[in-house]
Amino acid sequence: MTTTRPAPAPPRTAPDDHPAVRVRGLVRRYGGRAVVDGVDLDVRRGEVFALLGPNGAGKTTTIEVLEGVRRRDGGEVAVLGEDPGRAGRAWRDRVGVVAQSTGVGDALTVRETLDHFARYHGTAQDTGELVEAVGLTEAVGTRVSRLSGGQRRRLEVALGVQGRPELLFLDEPTTGMDPVARRQFWALVRGLRAGGTTVVLTTHYLDEAAALADRVGVLAAGRLVDVASPDELGAELRRTATVRWTEDGVPREVGTGEPAAVLRDLLAAHPAGEVPGLTVTRPGLEDVYLSLVGATPEEASR
Amino acid sequence: MTAVLTPAPTRPAPPPALTIGLARTALELRLFVRDPAQVVFSFAYPIVMLVIFASVFAGEDRPGGVPFAQYFLAGIAATGIMLTSFQAVGTALAEERERGDLARLQVIGTPPLGYFLGKAGQVLVTTVLQLAVLLTVAATAYDVPMPDGAGRWLTFAWVALGGALAGTVLGIAVASVGSSRAVGNGISAFAVVLQFFSGVFFVFSELPSWMQEVAAVFPLKWLVQGMRSVFLPDAAVAAEPAGSWEHGMIALVLAVWVVVGLAVCSRTFRWRRTA
Repeated sequence: MTTTRPAPAPPRTAPDDHPAVRVRGLVRRYGGRAVVDGVDLDVRRGEVFALLGPNGAGKTTTIEVLEGVRRRDGGEVAVLGEDPGRAGRAWRDRVGVVAQSTGVGDALTVRETLDHFARYHGTAQDTGELVEAVGLTEAVGTRVSRLSGGQRRRLEVALGVQGRPELLFLDEPTTGMDPVARRQFWALVRGLRAGGTTVVLTTHYLDEAAALADRVGVLAAGRLVDVASPDELGAELRRTATVRWTEDGVPREVGTGEPAAVLRDLLAAHPAGEVPGLTVTRPGLEDVYLSLVGATPEEASR
Repeated sequence: MTAVLTPAPTRPAPPPALTIGLARTALELRLFVRDPAQVVFSFAYPIVMLVIFASVFAGEDRPGGVPFAQYFLAGIAATGIMLTSFQAVGTALAEERERGDLARLQVIGTPPLGYFLGKAGQVLVTTVLQLAVLLTVAATAYDVPMPDGAGRWLTFAWVALGGALAGTVLGIAVASVGSSRAVGNGISAFAVVLQFFSGVFFVFSELPSWMQEVAAVFPLKWLVQGMRSVFLPDAAVAAEPAGSWEHGMIALVLAVWVVVGLAVCSRTFRWRRTA
């Protein structure tokens, strides 16, 4: 049973005026320490938004507040126009969640598990299509206890999208997947986006954020230090190029916003020809990311 | 080529708690039969206890000349109901919370009542099967007379139903108290003490009065008493502390446990250990 209908054009017009997620001044403390410390965040309908940051930055706490499974200590949160701390079942049915680790009942097969949980939703994806979409067709008769770590993760993804949600939360979805499974999972997320599902995911893999996200929010120490498309992340930091060369056997290095001017001076100083060891580099995404999460929030947000 | 997953264009309301309760009953039963250790323990424990006690005390009649096995069947049937309801539910729920099964149910949008109904449905089915096996063994191996007449069977049915539901509610309530290990140990210890206090092993009227008074707070004492009214001859009522079977009181206590317990559980129930 192959489903090969082409992806419909993503509906870019929102069914209502609300953004998918709107967060203002979110604070969550554990034992007096703020793990989420004044986060403002908007996720547009139909986009893939990645929350990127090192372990302990507050990604999971933030996403769990948005999912309505964790209390907040301050701030306003609206997810699909409702406060997740109070929203009811109808809201929950519009939201899909793939958490970091949740149980699924080991003694059932994949098909039994999916057929059972299909009955909790107002409308549910057909089990055959679902296992095909997540790449579990071969394992459909296997008991959950005998699935590999990656297959188990795919089952959790299947359960997250089974109710055909408008908004899908993925908390470190590819942790534990091998590179092939990871690529398949990326294709699935791209398919969901093409179909019009809004996706909010957390990851500490930079390449994952770059490959999937329309926009990336970088969290460090409970604060959002930058929000931009992967190409534009850390625009300030990227503008600074590093010019390196060797002078009298000594390596020299200049950080500058105007590398051409530095080069002109250098060339003028070497009328005879080559400048030994000359390079001009701009920071890659990884350099930008590292300086963003390494910087104090005050510095990064000026 | 992967299938295309799209948000639902229209979205009917999610199914009511009763529908989910029925689906969960089927699921819980399926998980139950796939856990052989649980099946054996639930069904074998009351029978093993009956065999041990009926063999050891074979020659000792109870008040009113009732054979020991007949007297003990009332207590062990009640114990069996507590085992399949209170102990099984309390232990399983604490484990499910610890494993994250309940966290999944929460994010899928399961109504707590639907989850409770699934537990209750599973408890009722396993209780019926367990009692059927226990009564068959008692009747065939120990010649215990079965209840005569529809009236006694009716009493048996509502006492068993009330006891199983009260035990389920109590199990849900207790499972919210701590970690699965603490709950598991606590439930077993509590159940054993309660069995002694409630007249499962000894003649209730011969227990110290303070023990009788403590036991009267909990459902098991009333469950055992109701079972005595089913399995003992009419003359045995003379040995009851109240001088009657107190059916009205039994029904009231069990109903209060179910109704009040359910109200408390609905408020205190947590899908996760912390929020």
